Amino acid sequence: MKLTIDDKQVTAKPAQTVLQVAQANGIDIPNLCYDPRLAPSGSCRLCLVEIEGQRALQPSCVFEAAEGLVVRTNTDEIRQIRKTILELLFSEHKARCTTCDENGKCDLQSYAYEYQLDEASLGAGRGAEPAPNYTTGNLALEYDPNKCIRCARCVRICDEVQMAHALTFKNRAAETEVATAFDIPLNDSTCVLCGQCISTCPTGALYDRSAKGLCQAKDMVRTRTTCVYCGVGCQIDLNVNPKTNRIVRVTSEVGCIPNDGNLCVKGRFGMDFVGHPERLTTPLIKRNGSFEKASWDEAIEVIAGKFKKIKSETGPDSIAGLSSAKCTNEDNYVFQKFIRAGIGTNNVDHCARLCHASTVAGLARAFGSGAMTNSIDEFRNARCIFVIGSNTPEAHPVIALSLKEAVVKHGAELIVADPREIDLVPYAKLHLQQRPGTDVALINAMMNVIIEEGLTDKDFIAERTEDFEKATEAIKEMTPEKAEKITGVRAEAIRQAARIYATAETASIVFSMGITQHTTGTDNVLSLANLAMITGNVGRESAGVNPLRGQNNVQGACDLGALPNVYPGYQQVEAPDIHAKFEKAWDRKLSARNGLTVVEIFHAIEAGFIRALYLMGENPALSDPNLSRTRKALEEVEFLVSQDVFLTESGQYADVVLPAFCFAEKDGTFTNTERRVQRVRRTVNPPGQARDDWEIVCDIATAFGYRMHYENASQIMDEIASVSPIYGGISFERIETVGLQWPCANKDHPGTKYLHKGEFKRGKGKFHPVRFKEPAELPNKEFPFVLSTGRLLYQYHTGTLTRKVPAIHQVCPTGYVEIHVQDAEKHGIGDGDSVEVSTPRGKVTTKARVGTMVARGWLFMPFHFAEGPANMLTNDALDPIAKIPEFKACAANIRPI
Amino acid sequence: MQSDRNAPLDKTAALEICRSMGQITSDSLIPILQQIQDSYGYLPAEILFEVSRQTGLHVNHMFGVATFYEQFHLEPRGRHTIKCCRGTACHVRGGREIANTLKRQLGVEEGCTTADMRFTFETVACLGTCFLAPVMMVNNDYYGNVASSRIKSILEKYK
Repeated sequence: MKLTIDDKQVTAKPAQTVLQVAQANGIDIPNLCYDPRLAPSGSCRLCLVEIEGQRALQPSCVFEAAEGLVVRTNTDEIRQIRKTILELLFSEHKARCTTCDENGKCDLQSYAYEYQLDEASLGAGRGAEPAPNYTTGNLALEYDPNKCIRCARCVRICDEVQMAHALTFKNRAAETEVATAFDIPLNDSTCVLCGQCISTCPTGALYDRSAKGLCQAKDMVRTRTTCVYCGVGCQIDLNVNPKTNRIVRVTSEVGCIPNDGNLCVKGRFGMDFVGHPERLTTPLIKRNGSFEKASWDEAIEVIAGKFKKIKSETGPDSIAGLSSAKCTNEDNYVFQKFIRAGIGTNNVDHCARLCHASTVAGLARAFGSGAMTNSIDEFRNARCIFVIGSNTPEAHPVIALSLKEAVVKHGAELIVADPREIDLVPYAKLHLQQRPGTDVALINAMMNVIIEEGLTDKDFIAERTEDFEKATEAIKEMTPEKAEKITGVRAEAIRQAARIYATAETASIVFSMGITQHTTGTDNVLSLANLAMITGNVGRESAGVNPLRGQNNVQGACDLGALPNVYPGYQQVEAPDIHAKFEKAWDRKLSARNGLTVVEIFHAIEAGFIRALYLMGENPALSDPNLSRTRKALEEVEFLVSQDVFLTESGQYADVVLPAFCFAEKDGTFTNTERRVQRVRRTVNPPGQARDDWEIVCDIATAFGYRMHYENASQIMDEIASVSPIYGGISFERIETVGLQWPCANKDHPGTKYLHKGEFKRGKGKFHPVRFKEPAELPNKEFPFVLSTGRLLYQYHTGTLTRKVPAIHQVCPTGYVEIHVQDAEKHGIGDGDSVEVSTPRGKVTTKARVGTMVARGWLFMPFHFAEGPANMLTNDALDPIAKIPEFKACAANIRPI
Repeated sequence: MQSDRNAPLDKTAALEICRSMGQITSDSLIPILQQIQDSYGYLPAEILFEVSRQTGLHVNHMFGVATFYEQFHLEPRGRHTIKCCRGTACHVRGGREIANTLKRQLGVEEGCTTADMRFTFETVACLGTCFLAPVMMVNNDYYGNVASSRIKSILEKYK
C-alpha cells in the first residue's frame, strides 16, 4: 500500500494506522493517548492530521492507512489547533515541572516546549503533595491527579495488557479522576503492582514512590540490561542517579524483545537489594566460630590451600561445586571449567537440578534438546495452549500476558491443568484439577482419547518419529474413566481437553515445576513429549513443548555445563570424543566419569565422601528439600566456601565467605527461557571490595595451580563459542542490541526461533512408554493431606533479593499455608490462624489461608520464607533419572496452635 | 430497602438478577446495575463484588459507569427523595430560601441523606414546571408555589 505523507512517498503494511505508518517512516506526529501496546482511543486529539478528501481533520492514531492517501501532518492550521488543545490540557495540569520526577522525559512538557506554550496557561499550582487517592500510603507507586491529563492510558493498560482490571475513571467531565473501584486502596484491589500504569503515563502523574525526589528524568543515566529475576529475560533500563551511584527506578522500552516494555512487580520495583547496606563488602574467614574480615589474598590462599590439601588426601571427587542460575553465562562457564579442569572432578551442579532437571533429561531423550521449543512471541498466535503445572501469572508474569492475549484478543483455547485455582483459570475453557502427582495418568488418558477418536497426526508419527508402537500399550490402558479415578478429573473433561488440543491447528504446551518436581518428573515430561508428537504439535511455529525456566539464567547455567554429566553445550562427559576435545581445549586431564547432582552431593557429604563444597550464588539451606538434612550436611562438611552478594542462610555455615558483584555491577550475558542470549551490563559501582564472580574463580584457580585469566566477559564468551557449537556464532558484538537464540552455529547464523523444524535434534522424535506411578509418599492416617510447594508473584526464590524491598514487603510480608475452607472448618482452623504443618521430616509454624485455591485434601505453601521454611517439610526422594526431588507432593498434617 | 447501614446485605436478589441475565456481555453492565439499584435502592460495594464473581464483569468497569451516570447511587438512599428546583424561574421566586429551609429542617446538606434514612435531599437544575415556581418534588409528587412555611407540613406526609 502506497500513500503520501508530507510529500513523502511511503509504504504501509495492512491494518497500520496513519500514525503508525508515519512513525515507521521517521515522521513524528504528536500524541499523548497513544501507546502501541493499546487499542488506539483517539481521545487526546493531538495527532490530528489533514487527509485529502476528508471534510475535517482526522486523528491519525485511529485512521487506517489506505492506498493513495495524501496526508499532511504539520500545516499551520494543524499546529494552531494542536496548540489550543495543549493549552486546554495545560490548564488542567495543576503542577510544576520543578519538583516532578518526569522532568526531561515528559511528553506534555516536550510538546509544551515544541509549541511554545505560555506558562500563564498552566492551571493554578496545587503544590507537590497530591490529594488523597487510591495510591495514598502505597509503597510502590503514587498517583497525582494534578498532573493527570485523563488520557486513560493507565486504565487501558490495566485492562488490555495486564488484564488486572484494577483501575477505572470515576466521575465525569472536570471531576474525572483515575481510581480503583470504590476507591479501595490499591493493595486491596485486583492490582498486581506491575507498574504498567507508570510505564505508559505520558506525564509524571503516576510514578514510583520510592523514586520520588531522588533524581529527575533529565539527569538520569539509563543502561539497558537483563532482569535478574525469572527466566523470561525482560529487557530493563536501570535509571541511575550518577551523583549517588544509585538505581532510582526501572523502566523498559516499548517494542523491546522479549517483553515489549512490560514488566512485573519484581522487575519494576525489586532492585532495592543492589545498593543494600547488608551487602557483603569484604571477604570473611570464620575463626573460632565467628566471621572476621580478611583480605582477598588471605581468603584465596586459604581456599586454594584447603582444596589442594583435600585433593591430595582423598582425590578430586571429594570436592564439589554448586554453580548458580543467578550468575552470568561467563561466571558459569568459568566455574565449571575450574571444577572440571582445575579440581579435576565433574561434581558440579546447580539449582536447575531442583527445577528443570527432568525437563532437560526428558526432552533430550524425546527430541534431543531440553529447551523451550518455541519463542515467547509465538504464544500469542497459538490456537490452543495447554498449561500444565505452571502458575504462569505468578512465576512468569510477563509470559502470562502473552497467554492471556492469545485467549482474549486472538481467540485461542486455553486448557489449564493445575491442582490449584490459579489466575489463568478465568481465561481457560477447561480447568482440569488433577490430584498432585497424577499427571502421567491425565496425559495418557488424553492420548487414549486422541487415539480412540482417530485424532492422531499419522503422517507426522510415520515420518518424524520412532517407537510409537512401544508407547501405545500404556496409553491404551489408561481410559478416561480409569484416569478419573486416579486424577479426580471427570472423564468427560479429559475427553474435551484431548479434542481441543488435538484438533487445534497449532497447539502449544506450557509447563513448569508442577510437572518437573516429582519423582516421576522425567516421566511427566516424556508423556508431554508423546502428546505433542502424537498430534504433530512440535517443530512448527506456535506449536511445541515449552518448559518455562525459573531463574534468570537457569537456561544459561545448563547450557554452559554447570551440570555433572555434560560439558558446555550439552556435550556428554562420558562420550570419549567429546572428553578428548575438552581435554585439548582446557589443556588438562579430565575426569571421564559423570559427577554427583545437588541432592546426591549433600547425601555424599553425610556419607563422608565429599569434604569440601564451593557455593557460588546458591543458598541450599533454604532452597533444597528436607532442610534439616541439608543443613546438617552444610554443618558437617569439612570446608565450605560461600560466594554471594549477601551473607545467606547457607553462608552462615561457611568457612570462607566471598563478596561478589550482583547483576547490576556485572558485564556478561544471561540466556532466557526461549534460549535467547542477552546482555547484562554494568550499571552501578560495586560495594566495598566485592569482585566479579568469574574473576574470583580465576584467582582461586590460579592459586590452586590451574592458571585461568580473562581480560573481560566478552573474551570468555568467545571461548564459549569456540567449544560449544550451540553458542558458536554468539559474541557480545552480535547481541549488542537484541539477543540471539541458540542454536546459533556460526557468525552468519541468525539464531533459531523454534526448534526441530523438519527434523528433530536427535533425528527422529522418540516415543517413550510411560506408565502412571504414584508419588513417593502418599497420605496416610497420620499425615492425611498432600502438601505442594511453589512460588509467589511477589517473592523470589529464597527471598535473598525480594525480601529487602519495601514495595514487595507491604503486600507479601510472610509465608502461609493454603487450605480448603471445608478442611479448615473440620480442623477448627480460621483464616489467618497460626497453624503447625508437619510431615515425616519436620514441623513448621505458619499462618493459614483459608479458601478454595486448593481442593479438599491438599495443602499449598510458598517456599520463600526462612521463618516458616516449607522445605523443612518437603521430601528429598529423587526422580531416578533426573535426580530431581519431589517438592510438589508429600504427605502432611495440619493443626491449629 | 436497607435501613441499617451496618447489617450485611442479603445477596439473594443479586444472585437472582445475575441468573436472569442469561449470556453476559459488556452490554449487560448497565441493565444489571439498574436492576441491582431497583432492588437494593443503591449500588452497594459488596453486592457489586458479588455480581462480578457471578458474571465475570469487572468491578472497575461497574464503578466507572456508576460514577459517570447521575442515575446511579453508591450510597444508601433515604426512603424518600426530595428534589428542590434551583432553576432560574424558581430562583427569582425564592427558590434559594426553600432550599435553605429544607436544609435547616432536614439537618443535612444537599446531596445527603438524613441519619434516620427518611429523606435524601437533592437540588436539580429544573423540574420543567416553571409556571409553578418555586417548585419541589418528593418522590413523584409535585409541590408548586411552595412557601417556606409549608415545608414542615409537606415533609410530615412522608414517614
